[in-house]
Order: sequence, then C-alpha cells, then structure tokens
Amino acid sequence: MPLINTVAAVATPPGKGGIAAIRISGPQSISIAAKVFTSANKNKALQNMQGYTAAFGSYLYRGKQVDEGVALCYRAPHSYTGEDVVELFCHGGEEVSREVLLACIEAGAAPAGPGEFTKRALLNGKMSLTQAEAVMELISATSSQGVQVARAALGGALATQIQTQKQQLTNLAGHLAAYTDYPEEDVETLTKDEFITTLQQVGAVLDDLIANYHKGSIVRSGVPAAIVGSPNVGKSTLFNLLSGYQRAIVTEVAGTTRDVLREQIQIGGIALHLADTAGLHDTKDVVEAEGIKRSYDEIENANLIIAVFDGSQRLQQEELELAEMCAGRPALGIINKSDLGTQMQPEQLQKYFRKVLVVSAKSPQTRPMLEQAVLEILELDKMDPSQALLANQRQLAAVVEARKALQQAEDTLLSGFTFDAAGVFLEDGISALAVLTGENATESIIDDVFSRFCVGK
Amino acid sequence: MPKLGNYDVIVVGGGHAGIEAAVAAARLGAKTALFTLSLDAIGNLPCNPSIGGTAKGHLVREIDALGGCMGLAADDTFLQSRMLNRGKGPAVHSLRVQTDRTAYHLYTKRLLEMTPNLEIKQAEVTEVTVENGAVTGVVTKLNAVYTAKSVILATGTYLGGKISVGDASYAAGPDGISAAEPLTACLKALGLPMLRFKTGTPARVHRRSINFNLLERQPGDDEIVPFSFMTHAKMKNKVDCYIAYTNEKTHAVIQKNLHRSPMYSGMIEGIGPRYCPSIEDKVVRFADKNRHQIFVEPCGEDTNEMYLQGMSSSLPEEVQNEMYRTIIGFENLEIMRPAYAIEYDCIDPLALKATLECMEIEGLYGAGQFNGTSGYEEAAGQGLLAGVNATRRNQGKPQIIMPRQQSYLGTLIDDLVTKGVSDPYRMMTSRSEYRLYLRQDNADERLTPLGRELGLVQDDRWEAFNATMHAKKQEIARLTAARLTPAQANPILEKKGGSPLKTGILAVDLLKRPEITYSDIEEMIGKSAEVDPSLAARIETEVKYDGYIKRQLEQIESVKKQENVLIPEQFDYSTLGGLRLEAREKLAKIRPHSLGQAGRIPGVSPNDISQLALALALYRQQQAAKE
Repeated sequence: MPLINTVAAVATPPGKGGIAAIRISGPQSISIAAKVFTSANKNKALQNMQGYTAAFGSYLYRGKQVDEGVALCYRAPHSYTGEDVVELFCHGGEEVSREVLLACIEAGAAPAGPGEFTKRALLNGKMSLTQAEAVMELISATSSQGVQVARAALGGALATQIQTQKQQLTNLAGHLAAYTDYPEEDVETLTKDEFITTLQQVGAVLDDLIANYHKGSIVRSGVPAAIVGSPNVGKSTLFNLLSGYQRAIVTEVAGTTRDVLREQIQIGGIALHLADTAGLHDTKDVVEAEGIKRSYDEIENANLIIAVFDGSQRLQQEELELAEMCAGRPALGIINKSDLGTQMQPEQLQKYFRKVLVVSAKSPQTRPMLEQAVLEILELDKMDPSQALLANQRQLAAVVEARKALQQAEDTLLSGFTFDAAGVFLEDGISALAVLTGENATESIIDDVFSRFCVGK
Repeated sequence: MPKLGNYDVIVVGGGHAGIEAAVAAARLGAKTALFTLSLDAIGNLPCNPSIGGTAKGHLVREIDALGGCMGLAADDTFLQSRMLNRGKGPAVHSLRVQTDRTAYHLYTKRLLEMTPNLEIKQAEVTEVTVENGAVTGVVTKLNAVYTAKSVILATGTYLGGKISVGDASYAAGPDGISAAEPLTACLKALGLPMLRFKTGTPARVHRRSINFNLLERQPGDDEIVPFSFMTHAKMKNKVDCYIAYTNEKTHAVIQKNLHRSPMYSGMIEGIGPRYCPSIEDKVVRFADKNRHQIFVEPCGEDTNEMYLQGMSSSLPEEVQNEMYRTIIGFENLEIMRPAYAIEYDCIDPLALKATLECMEIEGLYGAGQFNGTSGYEEAAGQGLLAGVNATRRNQGKPQIIMPRQQSYLGTLIDDLVTKGVSDPYRMMTSRSEYRLYLRQDNADERLTPLGRELGLVQDDRWEAFNATMHAKKQEIARLTAARLTPAQANPILEKKGGSPLKTGILAVDLLKRPEITYSDIEEMIGKSAEVDPSLAARIETEVKYDGYIKRQLEQIESVKKQENVLIPEQFDYSTLGGLRLEAREKLAKIRPHSLGQAGRIPGVSPNDISQLALALALYRQQQAAKE
C-alpha cells in the first residue's frame, strides 16, 4: 500500500445543514471522484477539469443515484492540502453525505483520520511554521489515543473472520512461493483451478462483509427512529409499549405530547433511538406548532419511521400527506386501534410503506409483531447476531482494497496470464488485510513456505 | 610496529563477496589488498557446485549488469545450464548452472591476479584497528600491520568456524582450511553485535560408486541463455545431473540415530537456515513425506566427486554411510568428503547502514555471510556494493544506496538492514513486491546505467547495452506501426486455436494475445536483424505484460515520494512524543536513511510514519527558518 494514499471525509460539521461537503485529497482524488460523480455536461468530465473549476452532476452509490450537486476541483499544489483535491457538495442530511462518502471509499479512498487534511497541508509546506508547530503538538497529544481506539476496533467475530480469510490467502501465496522459488523440489503442483477457487471463496466472504457494512453501522450505533402521526392516533401508547413503561403521558386529549420525547430501546438486539413526536396537524398554538416543526425534523433525520394511523377513523388528508412523505423511506405503517373497529384498509397505505401492520397498541401480541416488522424494514431479520461485521470506515476501506486486488488476480488468471502476475495481486490483497491485523504480509508468506513445505537443498 | 603496506581498501576474505569487493574497488581506482586464509581457496564453492537458481539467478544478472565478475565467471566455467520456472511466468524465470569448482577457482584467482591496483595476500587477519571511531587497518596472525582507509569484512563461514559431525567437532572452515578465530573477539571488543549462525553441506561421493541406471537423468537446456550480457559465444552442456530419492529405510536409519546428530543433541548453538534443512530436519519436521529428492551433481570435469544436493547432514560418519546406502542406486556408495554442519560468527545486520558500512565504525564495511546472508550470489552482490562504497568514501564521493524498487540486490540489502535476520537470509522471488519489473531479462536496463555512472561498466559493455536498447526501441516501434491484415494473421491464428481476425490489427496488439508468440509475429511481418533471441523474449514479455509492468512502475513512482524523504543521520527520535515507545526505539536503533525505509521496519505502524513525516517536514521548515 502506498504511504501517500487518497483520503476522503465529510468536511462539514455533522448534523443538519443545507449543504454538506465531502473532501477527497491525494494523488487518486480526481479519478476516485470521477467514479462517484457524473457530470451533467458530457463535455465536462471531472478527469479533464482544470483547477478551481466546478461542475454540476449527480452522485452514484452502488449504481444508484443518491443526490445531485456540485463538484469542485483543485489541482496540486494549489489546494488546502497541496495535493489534488475534489470537494463534492451534496444536500445536507447525514444519510446523503454518508452515502457519497461510502461511494468514495468503495471507489478506493481511505477514510481520512482526524486532522488528516491539516496534516497533509503541513507535510506539503502549506502552513506557516507556527501553525505547523501547533498542529504537531496537538497530533502528538491525541494520536496515541487514536491508535488504541483503532486497535480495539478489530475484535471478536470480525477479527476471527479477517484472520481466517487472510490465512487462506497466505496459504495460497505460500504454496505459490514454494512452488515458484523451489521448482526443483517436489512441491505439489499448484493448479489454476485451485488458485481461482481460493480467490473466489475469500472474495465471496469479503463481498458479504462489504455488503453488510451498512447493517454493521446500524448494529453498532443504533437507528434513529421516529414515531409520527396525527394527534391522538396512539403514538405515545405505542412509544410506551416499546419502551416497556409509561414514559409518555397518555390522555384522551389530542395534542398531549408537545415536545419530542426520546428513549433508547432494544428491538431484536438493535438499539432504536426512538422519538415520540407531537401529532401533526394545523394548529395556532405556538407551543404545539413548534413541537410539530420538530416532528418534521425527526421524520427528516430518522432512519426508521413508524407512522401511526387511527384505524377506527377514515384516512384524513393530513394523514395522506404524511404517508406520501414516507414513500421511499424506511417506514412502517401502523393502523392502530383495531379493537375499535376498522374504517381504514391496509391497501390504502401499502404503496407508501415497506410494511403495514394492523394492530391494537393495547394487545400483548403487538410488541413481537412490531419487532419483526422493524427488523424486516432494516433488512436485519435474516442476520445472524454473531456474524462478523465491519466496525468502521477504515476497516471497510481495507476490505474493499483487498477485494479489488483478489478480483484483479482472478481476472489475470482468467485472461490467460501466468501465476507471477496474479501472485502480485494476491499479495496486495493479503497486505490490505494485514493492515487490519497489524502483520507484515511478505514475512507471513515466507514463514508459511518453510512451515508447510519441505524445501531446501 | 612497522607498516607492511598502506592501502585505500583492504578486503578480508577471498570468497564471492571478497572477489567482487576487491575487483570493484581496484577498478574504481582504489589501491586494494585482498587477504585470504588460502590462495588455493579463492572463489571456492564449498557447498553446491552451482551458481544461480530462483532469485539468485536474478542477482547474478544484476551483478553482471553493474559490471561485476560473477556472471562472466559462471559462463566461463559452467557444466550444465537450465532456465528454471519456464511456464510460471517471466518474472520468475531463473537461470541456474552447474559449475566446475576447480575451473571457477582458477578463473577467479587469475582474475584477481590480473586486476591492476589489486594485491592478493595469503594471511589471516586477526585484528581490525580503529582510531577515533574510524577504521585504520588490519593486523595479521604474523603480527604484520597494514593500514587502510576502508576495510571490508567478507569472512564467510571461516569467522569462528566450527565443524560438527556426530560427536566430533573442531574449529575449522570448509575444505580443510583453518578457521579465523581471534578476529571475532576483536570485533566484539569494538562493540559490534555478533550473531552465531549455522549451515550444513552433504557428502561428496565417488562417481563410480553410483548406479546411474537406477536414477532419473536430468539434462540441461537445449538453448542456453548465458548469465552475462557480454557472453555471446555458443554454449553447450557438458554433463548431466541425476535425481535419486530417500525411502522409508533411509528415514528409519535417521530416526534411530537422531540422538547422535549434534543438531539434536544440543551441541550446536548456531541458528540454521530454514530454507536449507538437513535431512534430519526434513525427516523429523515432515514425517508424513515418504521420500525426499536428492540431486546428484558433478563437481567438475576433472574430478569424480559428485555432490548430493538435498542430503546435508551432521550425523556421524558411520551413520552417513548406512543412511546413504539405503538409497536406490547408492547401495555401494563411497563417501569422499563426509557431510558436516558448520557454525560461524556474523554481524547483526541491523548494525549496518544500507551502504553496508557499520554505523558505529566509519570505513568498516561488511559483505556476504558476515552480514547474515547465505549463498554465493547474495554474497557477491553485497561485495560489489561494499567495494563501491568503501572506495567512494575514500574519494569523498556520496555513498550509494540501492533502492529495493530497482533490484533484487537492493531488496536484499534493504531487508537485511531494516528487518534484521533470524536465520541466514536467502534471496527468493517472493521477497520482492516489484518482481514483474525486477526480471532477470531486464537487469541491464535497470542497472547498467548505474554501473556506468559508478565507473564499473567499461566502454564495450556500455556500447553493447546502448545497441540493445536501440534495437529494442526500433523493434517496438516496428510492432506498433505494423498493421496486420486478416489474411496475414488468420492462418497462424487458426493453427494456434485463436479466434480469427475480421479487421486489421496492430502487430503489437496481436502479440498481447496469450496464444501468440513473438516468433508468430516474426512469421507475419518478417524478422528484424538486430533482435537476438534474448531480446525477442524481453520484447514479448514487455508487450504481453505491459499493463502489469506499468502498474508496478506506478507503484514504484508512488513510493518514491517516501524514499526521497531523507532522514538526517542524527535525527532525534526521542522528541516524537506521539510515537509508541517500541517504534521510537526501533527507529533509533535502525536509523533508517529515508522515510520509505522507516515504513518497512517491523513494529513501526503507518500512524508512526505519518507522524515521523510531519516531524521531518517541521524539522526542514525549522532548519530553513534558521538559515
């Protein structure tokens, strides 16, 4: 792995803002940005853009458009870091900026550590001596902590999984090295099929890790979730049901909940950061109006929306508007008060929601039904809780790099090239994983040769 | 004491490292003396009668490209030649020859005798003299004092050598030459950290006692590729080698007598090479293998001695007899020189700079087994660099560091001085991450310009090199310009089972297809008079692997940035508060010359390196502000 790599990070403060910026810096920044950003003007491809110019276009993540925005190009050394830099501006909101950043990482950028851009500016002589000295002091003070955090992050099932895959690759590389470096010895012939089979087996495991990264982040940090709906549809009853105690005050009076109430609850091993919100409707009450504005913010930021409807009433216009807001989002529709008769049909809501349940918040069967539905919407229902999951973007970047190298090794073999060419990619793959386990790839291969093969004069 | 001679460079040792060191120094204008325990052992091949092999063949080509001796000597004295690993890819093609031991010794001795500026002396060096932290000369066993501005230690297995066979052991070097004993104590007293390593060698046996009808014959290649870029004469194999196998009976004899092997009885304390296990080791560690290969190799044209590669041992002589005679074809084997294990002293190479100079003693250089490596080729390469640097130091010229991105020799030295050694270091292709670029076929392109700059490449080699480069450029231009029609290409494509062309294609693009060779293209567009078979092979490789080679060159380019960030020799690591203690200690001990080298030290993390990079940037800024 080259020491001067290309890094990316969200450069604007977290939380809500009109615009977020993702900054990419390093020798590959322009080619990486070009994989994520497609310019609207076909004649203005990012790769050909001059420094200090901008283009409008769209952002792709895993083949799907996630946003539109402006890309701004800086050519080395005329940038903050002194390297090639691209800044990608997208709409504010953590979901969008996170997806654009992940797209950059999957395109080959490493996540930037804290202060990384500043470090690079210092390295490239873009700072005054006093600034540089101040930065150095700060880095010295904070970095040992950072190392410990990074080390601790690789643990449990993931450590075992990475170690197992790395060992498989090391055994293959060891066999290849023994077979190549000791052609005179009767080292078992390594066949192309064996070579490819191992690459594919390990590749599939890495694919799973990459695909599950999103789920991993849900498991780790929990899901911001909001209970929303019109006044007096039973949101707070549901909130209390999920919390397991009378957290919210429940009355027959519509508009009882005026501010947002929060609770962290566990559903099937997942933490939901659950918010009970004020009922949505037109009001002249200043306090209630502010509460309702906050409800809309919660909807905007939630990664799980639980929209509650009163099934004993007909669907109201404002309820329909809420349903429309939920379309395309990870949202669960709850038709409540089934004990009070049904005026509303699930079919009316199904096209807006990933799933619609008809329940009575008062029934004991409701909680398990809800749990199952929430897991389905988060696509976590089939997940094995002991499964290895990538814990952070640094790990994701390493696994993506390893996966790419294995694919190149396989392509090399399939297009008729010799083992020596494929072997180089194989070692790149091992090195990428070795970064996570903190080992040296070459040494582990050579150790493998001498421990498993009887070679030598 | 009277001084018997004043030299620029003194080389201690007349093996493969010493030869290259002395010749390089003398050719660069240094008044040079080479001391050896025996003039009759110059250029001895005390182990395998062969030169080259995987990765080692690369080293020989590199030494030759730099203007060294080994390639020409090996071509002149070879008995049989084979290119190993054909079919596994051009990066790992490796040349290996059987060598006539006596002829090789005579060739190299004569070469030393004929080299101007070089004196060769039979004497045992017992002391290296040092004043004010810099070397001043050597003292011999006869109390003769010689002064030198630089001294190169290339002591091989003779330094503190001790041979063990069964329960017998005695101080000696290989082949009846005495060991160099007092020098180790002197080096330790000078503060050099010394290690003790061990190696072993199999028996030499009489040709008439082998039943060759029961063995597999292993002939040489029909088309021989020479080691040297300057060898143009036609070469012909002179001998065959043979393959025999151990069997269950052999293993039973070994198991029964294991307690009598000094390796297993604890008599030997030196650390043996992992890649060169004795037959005892093989039988114990790989108990599930029911046979091991033995290569039967002639030691020369003028001798009946045969070398049994794969059967090194330190079992008692009577057990060796019993063990060897269990092998089919060896029933009446007549041992001429028994197998033995040998321990010797060497330096911990972490005490060396990448220039091969000792950190603590100016002007004292090490090369070869003294530096913890094994192998003639590894030794020769280091010898050449030590000879160059010892001379340049005296001439006030900057020291040369061979980047690992440029050569196997650079890789070897970088590994030695960055990672240290836990057992004798052998070169392997898997040690180079840049092996698609560092091929044996292009050693001249990588290193002859450097050899010229240093002054080791003479006019004839330089002209031949430029002619080759010109021919290569012309031929690639011709392939890039020639457009082939389907009519031209399809008959050959059909014969090769490739899909036929519908439209025209550039010759260079057609050559990229796996089934097409350079000679197919020649058939289509005619021969070029200036392209010889070895250049043709090189062009074919570079065209076919173009994408892969470019990628490696890009990687090399991207690490260059770190390689070019130099670390001042006295840089104070203790001020780097953010580094872990382990990293700080290692950096202070190894004293890497560049940020790139620092990054390869085991136990120094990327995080440590990024902080070191920052500290260096800051340091430079502070220095600049002071001026």
